[in-house]
Amino acid sequence: MLLLALFAPWVSPVDPGAIDIRTRLTPPSWMDGGSSDHVLGTDNVGRDVLSRIIHGARVSLFVGVATVLLGGIFGSVLGLIAGYFRGWVETVIMRLVDIQLAFPSILLAVAIMALVGPSMMNVVIVLSIATWAPFCRVARGQTLQVCNQEYITAAEALGLRDWTIMWRHVVPNIINPLIVVASFALATNIINEASLSFLGVGVPPSTPTWGGMLGEGRNYLRIAWWVSTLPGIALMLSVYSVNMLGDWLRDVYDPRIGD
Amino acid sequence: MLKYVAKRLLMAVFILWAVATIAFALTFLSGDPATLMIGDHWTSEQIASFREAMGYDRPLLVQYGDFLAGLPQGDFGVSVRQQIPVMDLILQRFPATLELTAAALFLIVFISIPIGVLSAVKRNSLADRVAMSGALFAQSVPTFWLGIMLILVFGVWLRWLPVSGRGTFLHLLLPAITLATFSTARIARLVRSSMLDVLGQDYIRTARAKGLPNWRIYYVHALRNALIPVITLLGLEIGGLLGGALITETVFAWPGIGRLTLQAIQARDLPLVQGVITFGALVFVLVNLVVDLSYSFIDPRIRHE
Repeated sequence: MLLLALFAPWVSPVDPGAIDIRTRLTPPSWMDGGSSDHVLGTDNVGRDVLSRIIHGARVSLFVGVATVLLGGIFGSVLGLIAGYFRGWVETVIMRLVDIQLAFPSILLAVAIMALVGPSMMNVVIVLSIATWAPFCRVARGQTLQVCNQEYITAAEALGLRDWTIMWRHVVPNIINPLIVVASFALATNIINEASLSFLGVGVPPSTPTWGGMLGEGRNYLRIAWWVSTLPGIALMLSVYSVNMLGDWLRDVYDPRIGD
Repeated sequence: MLKYVAKRLLMAVFILWAVATIAFALTFLSGDPATLMIGDHWTSEQIASFREAMGYDRPLLVQYGDFLAGLPQGDFGVSVRQQIPVMDLILQRFPATLELTAAALFLIVFISIPIGVLSAVKRNSLADRVAMSGALFAQSVPTFWLGIMLILVFGVWLRWLPVSGRGTFLHLLLPAITLATFSTARIARLVRSSMLDVLGQDYIRTARAKGLPNWRIYYVHALRNALIPVITLLGLEIGGLLGGALITETVFAWPGIGRLTLQAIQARDLPLVQGVITFGALVFVLVNLVVDLSYSFIDPRIRHE
């Protein structure tokens, strides 16, 4: 998927935006009426499904990675600060986490997207906001554990500055569980981006996305099942492989950090 | 214990206030709410009179005060599009969402717990492996795609089941399966790992030593203790299901809160949007409050100081 996304402009057979009404809703090549020009068929305005799936991978991957980086780093840093400094800082930050978790994130995302209008940048910002809280929780919990260890007390006794201790001695010891959280957040956000685009409030329809293709294809389900089905399979397989990676990472790092 | 309940209640009220405030702030995120709602086809006089009618011309703090004052009575104002009080609309749609959520919850509990227990008891067997890879797979299926595929197979190709609307038991089947799949997989995995933890404890060895039958050890001694983390997650899932049925309800044209929310957002009906968001958070917070308080009944060891 990564390779496909990176090299999309070179590997996709035809221009994903090329409209050709004459060949609209052509079935995949292995079916009756299919054509070898469009291996996976065409959609309602004759755009090539395979090319659009390949290009759609870029959006999914970009949005997924960008949101996990933004939301993950933001949440982890807050969690680190909460766990390290304790006191009122911790109380404030953890209340924010509670508030964030009380929102069904997709609901909030849809509401904000509808108000600010569809664009790739907005999707990234909105989904990052929906992502940070679990990172913050895990980072705080891990920091609390690490700070009870003797080497932290030793570092404090040596008179090292707080930031040095946090960066040099705490961060390396809490990073593994956060990577596991990140892999599951990546899977979730790939689905969330697709959901937003499916509902028509995500990435603008001019850019091919898996969710958008599914949403458009849904209206042609009775006559052209492939338009909705195939991008969904791409989506599912990507999310499945990210989840497998997450499971594997969790087994490697720590079998005890929960779902 | 009483102090703990009071503290949790206070916390719940605080979270609700915060969510309501965010919902209120959403209104002004895009500048002028009056222009946003009735669009550009109107003259500026018409927009101005609409602004006045809705009270958007008043100072922000006054509007905020009014908004907060209405909350305890469930007063979110009147829907701009339908001219019906927001709360009436929500209560009208809520039974449908409740029905769907209850059906999904039924599926989740009665499928995920037996599978999780079985997987833990027969650890690393073929059944365990199949169940757990199945669960990981089910967790990876996007809800809306699953819904569309169920419609395609059972509605369009086989013509066995109705694919939209609410009515008979058959109408309920596909949306409930769609809504339940993700949580079922997630909870089955949690039940398994939680059971494995418990099965390694001393009291299980004692129970075995006493010569208790296996089913009694698994279902009475182990499962009860293994359920605590499961109930936490279940609480979060119920809240999520109620608030997040957005996609399932949209795909199946199910007349519940989720669909109402999307319609409100698409129609830019701001009072209704504020209402459904706050209401969703209310349900979520209440469910989790009940879950937290129920721990001490399930496990008497957890008595809060």
